[in-house]
Amino acid sequence: MSSPDISAASSSAARPETETAPRTKRGSLLLAPGVLPGLTTLVILLAWEGATRLFAIPSFVLPSPLGILAGFEAVGLSRWAEHIGATLRVAMLGYAVSILVAVPLAIVLARSPVLSRALYPILVVVQSTPIVAVAPIIIVVMGAGDLPRVVITCLITFFPIVVSTTTGLMATPPELIELSKSLRAPAWREITQIRLPFAVPYIFSALKISITLAVIGAVVAEFVAAEKGVGYFIQFSTSMFRLPQAWAGLLILAGMSLLLFQAVTLIQKRVFPWSLPKDAP
Amino acid sequence: MALDPPAVSFRGLGQVFETRGGRVEALREVSFDVARHEFVAILGPSGCGKSTLLRMVAGLLKPTRGRVSVFGLPVTEPRDDVGIVFQKPTLLPWASVEDNILFPARHKRGSVTQQDRARAAELIAMTGLQGFEKRLPDELSGGMQQRVGIARALHMDPDILLMDEPFSALDALTREEMGFELSRIFEARRKTVLFITHSVSEAAILADRVVVLTGRPGTLAADMPVSLPRPRGIETASMGATHEFAGHLRSLLLRRAA
Repeated sequence: MSSPDISAASSSAARPETETAPRTKRGSLLLAPGVLPGLTTLVILLAWEGATRLFAIPSFVLPSPLGILAGFEAVGLSRWAEHIGATLRVAMLGYAVSILVAVPLAIVLARSPVLSRALYPILVVVQSTPIVAVAPIIIVVMGAGDLPRVVITCLITFFPIVVSTTTGLMATPPELIELSKSLRAPAWREITQIRLPFAVPYIFSALKISITLAVIGAVVAEFVAAEKGVGYFIQFSTSMFRLPQAWAGLLILAGMSLLLFQAVTLIQKRVFPWSLPKDAP
Repeated sequence: MALDPPAVSFRGLGQVFETRGGRVEALREVSFDVARHEFVAILGPSGCGKSTLLRMVAGLLKPTRGRVSVFGLPVTEPRDDVGIVFQKPTLLPWASVEDNILFPARHKRGSVTQQDRARAAELIAMTGLQGFEKRLPDELSGGMQQRVGIARALHMDPDILLMDEPFSALDALTREEMGFELSRIFEARRKTVLFITHSVSEAAILADRVVVLTGRPGTLAADMPVSLPRPRGIETASMGATHEFAGHLRSLLLRRAA
């Protein structure tokens, strides 16, 4: 009874393998990580380069990829490093201060319904005011230097962290809070040992949003008043009609945001692997 | 022995919750005692205030009327000598099995001693979790997770263990197995147990006594000893007397519900 079953099973198992083998081989090269997006990018770049040449598009309308590369080279690595360093410093300082303000504030909001009701509308007002409109005022009030830029970056980054962290702190399983109460543990330990760790997934989803907002904040601040930074460089280049260089700056900003986002993701993966969804890659 | 106060005593207990939908009476005039080292199953339909009863013993909830006493003293605040096992294991997802069991000690005192660790190791052996000490909760099955939950509740060596439908989230087979496991654990180390369930067979197999509550508001419908012999194991489940008792409980529950 069992022998025909086995042969049937083995033949049916073998057949699809031999049939699909050539197909998977062809597909696997295309599906290897990075290959498909890389090819897509290459095609777009070629089409872009071709279009700018074919239609003789002036570089201040749309510079060609090779033109942007030339613009990048014309600036020189040391000057790029200076601009990138300035933007990065403001973005990271603002981000760090933002976290240091937002997380304790979230703890206060989560613990006190009264304060939460009192402060929340103010937070919403701050958040709904367009940062681009506030930035010049802040620069005038606080003067030159990094401080006003850091403040602008803070203003744009901290709201998502406050909201998400507060939500996370309230999302703790009620059983564990009862357990904490039944142990008569000090209230701060309920925060440090239960609520904050449970909020980690929420905090990190906000940190990922805020890190890209931090770059935006730094650039907005540089647009208003700065003598260094990638945002300042883009504005300066456009005012001089050096569009290929402005595009190079833009691509650098995009790359910067992407790398910072990946860095936050990596930190979560390394330090809090349990906080990621189970089936995440 | 007779002069000793009961481990837990409920006297004229009433509980009314003010909710947005109006007043909900969860419990009315509930009185019964639980002797030291007695395993009492509290059986009743959903929403009859069974969990409310446990939270009162734990000092997490004050009764609207009546009094709860533990070892003769009225409960006014959470007590150290009470351990809780929840319906869901609710472990800390970032902490290993060992650290989850050590959590009450670490949470209460801020740090753990060598003695705490030794006790955790003992509980790990007792609950059959050897080899899983360093695993994270989500690497364990539901049954294993609830073993950790039980070990965590036992770590501070409470006199009274409150179990709120601890096996209801498990599949039928694991549930039965965990029941026998629990019997074995308490055979070795007697505790006063208040065990909430809505499974009649679970109540019959595990408990020394079964208290039956009616639906909302929860009132005492029956209070009867379980005369099945101990130690109880898989044989107990298939005994005629067990079926008879479970059937009796079921009819009691159904009659009250109707």
